[in-house]
Amino acid sequence: MIKFKVNGNPVSVAAESETPLLWAIRDHLGLTGTKYACGAGYCGACIVHVDGRAVRSCQTSLESVAGSSVTTIEGLSPDASHPLQKAWIAEQVPQCGYCQSGQIMQAAELLERKPQPTRDEIVRHMNGVICRCGTYTRIVSAIQRAAGED
Amino acid sequence: MTIKETNAAMISRRHFLGSAAGLTFAVSLGPNGGWLVANADAKAAEYGIGAWVRITPDNRITIITPAAEMGQGSMTGVPIALAEELDADWSTVTLEMAPAEPEIYGYDNGGTKVMRISGSRAIRSYFEQMRLAGAQVRKVLLQSAARHWGVAAGRLVTEPSTVVDPSSGRRLSYGEIAGFAEAPATMPAVSKDELKTVREFRLIGRSVDRHDVPAKVDGSAQFSIDVHLPGMVYASTVHAPVQLATPASWNESDVRELAGVIDVLPLEHGVAVVADTFEHVLAARNALRVKWSEGAAAEGFDSERALGSEYMRIARDSASLSKPVSTSGDVAQAFATAAAVHTADFRSDYGYHAQMEPLNAVARFNEAGDEVEIWEGTQSPGGSRQAIAAALGFDTRQVVHHQMYMGGAFGRRSITDYTIEAALVARDIKRPVKMIWTREEDLAFGMFRPQALQCLQAALNDTGKVTAWRHCVIGDGDRLLYSGIRLDDYYSIPNQLIEQRGASHGIRLKHWRAVAHPFNIFAIEALVDEMAVSENLDPFLFRRERMGLTPKAEAVFDAVERLSDWRTPRPAGRALGLSVSERSGSLGAGVVEISLDEDKGKIRVHKVWLAVDGGIIVQPEMARRNVESGIIYGLSSVLKERATMKNGAVVQSNFHDYQVLRMAEAPEEIHVEFVERDTKPTGLGEIGNPFIAAAVANAFHALTGKRLYHMPFTPERVRQALHT
Repeated sequence: MIKFKVNGNPVSVAAESETPLLWAIRDHLGLTGTKYACGAGYCGACIVHVDGRAVRSCQTSLESVAGSSVTTIEGLSPDASHPLQKAWIAEQVPQCGYCQSGQIMQAAELLERKPQPTRDEIVRHMNGVICRCGTYTRIVSAIQRAAGED
Repeated sequence: MTIKETNAAMISRRHFLGSAAGLTFAVSLGPNGGWLVANADAKAAEYGIGAWVRITPDNRITIITPAAEMGQGSMTGVPIALAEELDADWSTVTLEMAPAEPEIYGYDNGGTKVMRISGSRAIRSYFEQMRLAGAQVRKVLLQSAARHWGVAAGRLVTEPSTVVDPSSGRRLSYGEIAGFAEAPATMPAVSKDELKTVREFRLIGRSVDRHDVPAKVDGSAQFSIDVHLPGMVYASTVHAPVQLATPASWNESDVRELAGVIDVLPLEHGVAVVADTFEHVLAARNALRVKWSEGAAAEGFDSERALGSEYMRIARDSASLSKPVSTSGDVAQAFATAAAVHTADFRSDYGYHAQMEPLNAVARFNEAGDEVEIWEGTQSPGGSRQAIAAALGFDTRQVVHHQMYMGGAFGRRSITDYTIEAALVARDIKRPVKMIWTREEDLAFGMFRPQALQCLQAALNDTGKVTAWRHCVIGDGDRLLYSGIRLDDYYSIPNQLIEQRGASHGIRLKHWRAVAHPFNIFAIEALVDEMAVSENLDPFLFRRERMGLTPKAEAVFDAVERLSDWRTPRPAGRALGLSVSERSGSLGAGVVEISLDEDKGKIRVHKVWLAVDGGIIVQPEMARRNVESGIIYGLSSVLKERATMKNGAVVQSNFHDYQVLRMAEAPEEIHVEFVERDTKPTGLGEIGNPFIAAAVANAFHALTGKRLYHMPFTPERVRQALHT
């Protein structure tokens, strides 16, 4: 049993300690907004926050988050009211949508650290998260919009 | 607005509605003042349900959307056409995903009805039938209001979701009408002349928000990979590295000893491991050792060798393999009398779809084992249902199908091999199964855009006009090789010989976004640029004066010349390139602005302008994003993506060695302009990607004086070109 918090709630997961956090979140806890896409840390679709830091949950072992606080897309805001979520809707960013949880969680970390990022800072921070539908320019616009609303 | 998940009850009811009535729009009075229900099914409908539309007394309108959603926006765009003619207040519309019932929800595809969404087909295939359906429902509402008021229907008009009598000022909402109306025994006929004119549109041409977007920003959108069923277990298949080899023997007892492993099952081209959790499936995959059969067709195949030398031998020596795609005029004579001949060969590598959601499906059998329930994302719900039924020896009715959002598809998800595996495993182990192909599996057992060699020749006569054209494409894949190879939609060249010569490698191939357009257009438009340069003509001017542009092409070239501000010089280190392509009835001319890091061999595309004639643009903002998506997808393939095979096995395994475009490599600016035309909508999902290879290659020549002949333009190839 490994105990930690997810979206503010204490949870315990009965799985091997080396189990990737991704599968604990998705299958053991039923929070499926976090996505599996490469399983190897290359694409960022599985990004969640662990103690406020964006990590790739497919490369994060369950034991390493014992006692930590994990935030998934479902916990970013109670009602999709995070400035980034609102901006994502305003800019109509998602297409297939599969990578967007990872994109938003990665962007949320950026705005926490740097509320008014430049375009270059946005691109540098977001570059690791693949969007196969090519929504990149819309993602930049949405982050700029969310930053502007702060 | 919400999307309701389909369920078995809804499916059977709708099936009944459709088949019992034999008409999509049979109507009858429903219970509780209901409206728009099928004659035979009045009792089953709560407030009245039509096969396409349901209007309830609370003034809500539900429209069934038949278009699979893979990111392109069609699930919203297609029902807009119905809502337009119905004159619905869009803010009161709810969408429900249609069940996999092509006979009811399909579009006509040469005499059969299909729901397949491929080839940029959704809007253009459904547009007219959705409009007529909406107009019919509107007519019923008008007639009912007229009877209610005792006036002639002809004097009534509609405003969004309201019937209005202009002479008295009386108004009835559609919901109010649904509360009292008596339905006609048959739906009123509507002719195309009764449809709205472009000027009367309230929804078409104005952008609404996509239905699926809210669920895609809070993690609630359901893809098949997100489905969870009670008692469900997990599976993954290890396929033969040499594609289509079959399993001969495997270390079953070792794998069965691992934690959580439930079963190890041979499939036609792989071995599936089944376990209680997916992490246990992954461990079992790692431990599985399979000895594969020998003699698969792909055995020993070396893709680079084939593309490097074998195809050229076929081009030179194997005229007997030639299959003409199209011929016109007297090509031999035109070349014999030519004032100048231009010749060039182009190559392109295998392309992988790389949709972000790895292929997966969920399957559950009923207790009796005579019905299977399927959750999958498919571009072809009807075809998939049939294929699953065939694989199980079932009738189609024994397959209950739940269409889910697709985490990308790009042509890969119109075939359902992954779902069939899920169904076979679920049947064997008698438990619900979620089958997930890992990314490595999705790539190794991929179905690829074929690699190809293009050999082109063009003849100019003594006035410099292009009079003859030879294009031979060589590779595996037959029809997957020659889409986009004909240039008659934009150029008028009197003498043409366009042919295909086949090879066969035993590698699985498939439609990739825009099929063969990306490599064929690359070759065509790069050769055109060579001729323009050789004739010392501006690329626009050369095309206009020497290639006989069609009027449609004139318009998009004019538009993109203006849009890109082509005549204005760019800063040092930047250059422009021009290209054009047709796809799915649309025509697009595009310009890119690039720079080059010579040491690294890296091309950077900074800006893209694309002028598109897509007929009536039903949802401009959605369409714009779809075209942008095509541009990025195309650019990714042009700059980075290559799959290769050694000894019959795919070399690449994940996104570290099958690289796709990332944000820092994406253009800073993309400008898409639709050339307005009052004609039927044409496809937009693939007009963004085919033009861009040649546009980049032509810009590269403008910048460096060198030509690129092999796609993708990897740093090695760029450096090599610079040193020739």
